Amino acid sequence: MTPTAEPSRRAVDPPLPLDVPARLRTKDLLSVGDLSPDEILLVLDTAEAMKEVGTRSIKKVPALRGHTVVNLFFEPSTRTRTSFEIAEKRLSADTVNIASTGSSVSKGETLADTVRNLEAMAPDMIVLRHASAGAGHLVARLCGARVINAGDGMHEHPTQALLDAFTIREHKGGFAGLKVSIVGDLLHSRVFRSNLLLLRALGADVCACGPATLMLPDMARLGVRATTSVDEAVEGADVVMLLRVQLERMRGHFFPSLREYFQRFGMTQDRLRRAAPDAIVMHPGPMNRGVEIAPEVADGSRSVILEQVANGVAVRMAVLYLLAESRREGPAGE
Amino acid sequence: MVMAAEQVARTITRIAHEVAERHRTFDDLALVGIRTAGAPIARRLSDELRGITGVRVPTGALDITLYRDDLMRSQVGPQPILRRTDVDFSIDDRRILLVDDVLYTGRTIRAALDALIDFGRPRAIELVVLVDRGHRELPIKADYVGKIVPTSPDESVQVRLEEVDGRDEVVVER
Repeated sequence: MTPTAEPSRRAVDPPLPLDVPARLRTKDLLSVGDLSPDEILLVLDTAEAMKEVGTRSIKKVPALRGHTVVNLFFEPSTRTRTSFEIAEKRLSADTVNIASTGSSVSKGETLADTVRNLEAMAPDMIVLRHASAGAGHLVARLCGARVINAGDGMHEHPTQALLDAFTIREHKGGFAGLKVSIVGDLLHSRVFRSNLLLLRALGADVCACGPATLMLPDMARLGVRATTSVDEAVEGADVVMLLRVQLERMRGHFFPSLREYFQRFGMTQDRLRRAAPDAIVMHPGPMNRGVEIAPEVADGSRSVILEQVANGVAVRMAVLYLLAESRREGPAGE
Repeated sequence: MVMAAEQVARTITRIAHEVAERHRTFDDLALVGIRTAGAPIARRLSDELRGITGVRVPTGALDITLYRDDLMRSQVGPQPILRRTDVDFSIDDRRILLVDDVLYTGRTIRAALDALIDFGRPRAIELVVLVDRGHRELPIKADYVGKIVPTSPDESVQVRLEEVDGRDEVVVER
């Protein structure tokens, strides 16, 4: 991989954050809401140190030696699963991958039974992706392992929001007053929900844009400006984040055609001119080129899309390490 | 109070002279300070060595948190915040001066040796400490010692440095 505009190495000690806690209070990371703003900053600071590990010739540290991490993926995933697995291996954890096809799930076993059986083999952590919102909460109640939500239906994807925040901070330095415009299929997006919680917690000004049929019903209550005009959303934005049109989750017709979607909402070089001169363009992937994003924008100089992927490993290392170090408690009700 | 500001400064100057005395060449030296307190001491040693030898010795900072042997063991008490490791030169075939503030059980040094060896294969590693307070739990010994301070295990040795705390001093606290 070619290095993309990496900021220069720091010669001096990074400033000591004064009120940042040294460990997380939560056992599981199911929602961005599990983290206080200072805990979010702890994750980002820790990820900065983890990123350096990825630049070494031996990209491995012994921190999670002897830990067993199960990657339990009930939905297809390339990026997130690979990213977690690389993060786990760089921390020396032992990893087990389970996908729904080729496991007992395809024989009709319930999620609860799958988890109880895994629990009997005493894993330390479970990274879960599932099509149902709240699946992580169910798993966390059933077992003592730490649970990381790697995407639960249309609900949340906290590590994606954390890696987005890390990438934004690398480019913009901070979040207060930063204008972030999120454009696309808001309704079906767990990335949107997690990003919204995180960006609001850190003081960014979030504007959401998409077809009226793909809006959340309670945008105002979520503290976000909503508009159906892309030009209005992009105007002066520091960060333009595009979301994938999730055809596989759509039951019914939300817009006439993909071509019309691109004409109304697709991010083009022309539309991007309204953003701040140093605006960055983000996309959580996988991209539909020519639907939510024009290829010239995806591959353009403002795109940080591949940096997001690179940072994902460092941020997930930070989350795995900090959760392993968080306070140990048994499952609720014990 | 075990060492006042001027003593800390003189001690670091003396160690730099000892390093210069014991080495015939300086081009293959490098300083690596263990975060947090070892890093500023390493930078000061680097400045002193430049004054004595005229050679700019590459200097880095090492965070050993991910190599500790008590990770996941202590469930209470403060946990060190993970910091960035900055060693932006190859340590292969160099003589590394590993720098820390206090030598105590030796476990930090064990972790630092493991971390360093993951970076490459140095020709030799020598250990520099500002204070040796005894009570070793591993077979580790410093090559350059600022001051030997006999302590009891229930005491703690605090090294405060200008760069971090705004003043230089070494005190023993109970």
